[in-house]
Amino acid sequence: MEAIYLDNNATTRVDPAVVEAMLPFFTEHFGNASSIHAFGSQVGKALKQAREQVQALLGAEHDSEIIFTSCGTESDSTAILSALKAQPERNTVITTVVEHPAILSLCEWLEKEGYVVHKLKVDKKGRLDLDEYKSLLHDRVAIVSAMWANNETGTLFPVEQMAELAAAKGIMFHTDAVQAVGKVPIDLKNSKIDLLSLSGHKLHAPKGIGVLYLRRGCRFRPLLRGGHQERGRRAGTENSASIVGLGVACALAQQHMQTEQGEVRRLRDKLEKGILSQVSHCFATGDTANRLPNTSNIAFEYIEGEAILLLLNKLGIAASSGSACTSGSLEPSHVMRAMGIPYTAAHGTTRFSLSRYNTEVEVDRVIAAVPPIVAQLRKLSPYWKDSAPVSEFSPAYA
Amino acid sequence: MWEYSDKVREHFFNPRNSGPLEGANGIGDVGSIQCGDALRLMLKVDPESERIEAAQFQTFGCGSAIASSSALTEIIQGMTLDEALKVSNQDIADYLDGLPPEKMHCSVMGREALQAAIANYRGEVWSDDHEEGALVCKCFAVDAALIEEVVKANDLHTVQEVTFYTKAGGGCCACHEGVEEILAKVKSEKAGLGEVSPPPACPATPELPKAQPVKLTSVQRIRKIEAVLESVRPMLQRDHGDIELVEVQGKMIYVHLQGACSGCMMEAATLGGIQQKMVEALGELVQVLPVSHMRQA
Repeated sequence: MEAIYLDNNATTRVDPAVVEAMLPFFTEHFGNASSIHAFGSQVGKALKQAREQVQALLGAEHDSEIIFTSCGTESDSTAILSALKAQPERNTVITTVVEHPAILSLCEWLEKEGYVVHKLKVDKKGRLDLDEYKSLLHDRVAIVSAMWANNETGTLFPVEQMAELAAAKGIMFHTDAVQAVGKVPIDLKNSKIDLLSLSGHKLHAPKGIGVLYLRRGCRFRPLLRGGHQERGRRAGTENSASIVGLGVACALAQQHMQTEQGEVRRLRDKLEKGILSQVSHCFATGDTANRLPNTSNIAFEYIEGEAILLLLNKLGIAASSGSACTSGSLEPSHVMRAMGIPYTAAHGTTRFSLSRYNTEVEVDRVIAAVPPIVAQLRKLSPYWKDSAPVSEFSPAYA
Repeated sequence: MWEYSDKVREHFFNPRNSGPLEGANGIGDVGSIQCGDALRLMLKVDPESERIEAAQFQTFGCGSAIASSSALTEIIQGMTLDEALKVSNQDIADYLDGLPPEKMHCSVMGREALQAAIANYRGEVWSDDHEEGALVCKCFAVDAALIEEVVKANDLHTVQEVTFYTKAGGGCCACHEGVEEILAKVKSEKAGLGEVSPPPACPATPELPKAQPVKLTSVQRIRKIEAVLESVRPMLQRDHGDIELVEVQGKMIYVHLQGACSGCMMEAATLGGIQQKMVEALGELVQVLPVSHMRQA
């Protein structure tokens, strides 16, 4: 039985064309781009091409605005710490409650260091209140950081509009676009976004490569100091093979943008409708009218997500969950709690995230597999009897 | 995903004794949907012999919660109630060839349900004394509640002391920040309440004098070294180990770790902690080394 991979928001398969482009950079073109000899200059040319490929996908004005990093997390940290270091008179960061831990953990640490962090709340569909946002933009704010797309629900934030509002007040704007790049069109030169993070492994490039977009003229302080690589903005010998791979992946993402918006969206919608129409007491979370084309996050009430994943895995289907048990924490996902998803459902959230590699046959198999799994677990659950939830189960020792 | 044993997987995929039990005369309900797991354990007890004739469960929860419930019903089948009360959460975990440390609470929930069901059968009220806190140290499965309790009871101030008393922080070191937070919390609570610190409940860590102004004679030094070893001995003995002073050569203090301490993966951490205490007690830099490092004369 062929495995079905529906966990593309976690990581993606590296495109074979990407692997092929990378291979010569291990054994043939292994030079250090900084070297003067032929080994070095070959690599230098390849890096330049990759930088232009990333620039094209992001719609950036200059290729020098692209800084290669090791991952999305490094890009996020660099952006926020740079804004604080470069503007010591500003001590406040505005972000949202549903950010990735790459931002939230950093912000928690900043708070302990004495900075002020404002986390914008979301409504039950995961949407921001822009009036609240506007009221918080003042001259002590060093940077706003809001994700372009949420990793769990796929909900899109109006980052372009938010960046305009920040720019009008002279405030830097950063977006963690790790989930959005390659899935939604991005045109940075016509936006007011100053900084943007992306991660290679979310768009069919390898792990261990990321990008920080830094608008020309934006004040900056490096995180890593050392050599002059990346114009002194990110020291460390270039990961040339991965950079070349990321360049190719960006070129492919641009070619496939229509597929993401068309075929992938159609399959995602079919999957979601197929499950919701067959299973009672479940619903799609997030802003379903305004989200990534590949993501569907379904909350199954009265059962637990890890158990769902284990049974799906037995059938060769890979998905992910916001339940406490899959993460090792004792609480369900912060995104589900921020949206006020009731505990009866938050523990049973299951995320299906597709890619251009998924097929109709696979989606049909998943639609057939899910209802019996839900039924099996509900049969075991003390909160469920026959075909409906029971209300009388309320243990005294909670 | 978790590293589940084959037995956990097998009990999750094919749970034994699931579903409502007709004629149950002892029912234990524990957990809650908020916490992410809940369990109803149903027993049919023979009133004559007090033997468990049948046990079934219904569980809302993750793979290991369901597997633990299934294992529990298998373990207690046929036991008398008194025998069943002796079943520990570790017995449930052992029956499943172990659970990941983060999942040990699943086995605890099983044991609680068992106690609740037996109390229910006997018409008693079962009170839950188990307060579940987040695991701080994953290497040794120590939760925040325990660390806080020990920090308060023994007036601990450093991560190292916490490691000595609870093992927390003695492995991969990832939780040191978390332990520091607990220490800071306890400290600020104490400052806020203006409380006098309670006397140490654990075997005394004697007040160690600060840096010594005068040079110690070698007899005085060895007495102080022995005093430090005495102060840590109870903790080592609690873990079925012991320590013996072998030789003092200038700045080198050679000791012999015995029992469970010998060859323990924590040996270096143990010696490091003792060394810290030695430095404080003697007011000079010394090294505490295992006897195997002693150069043969």
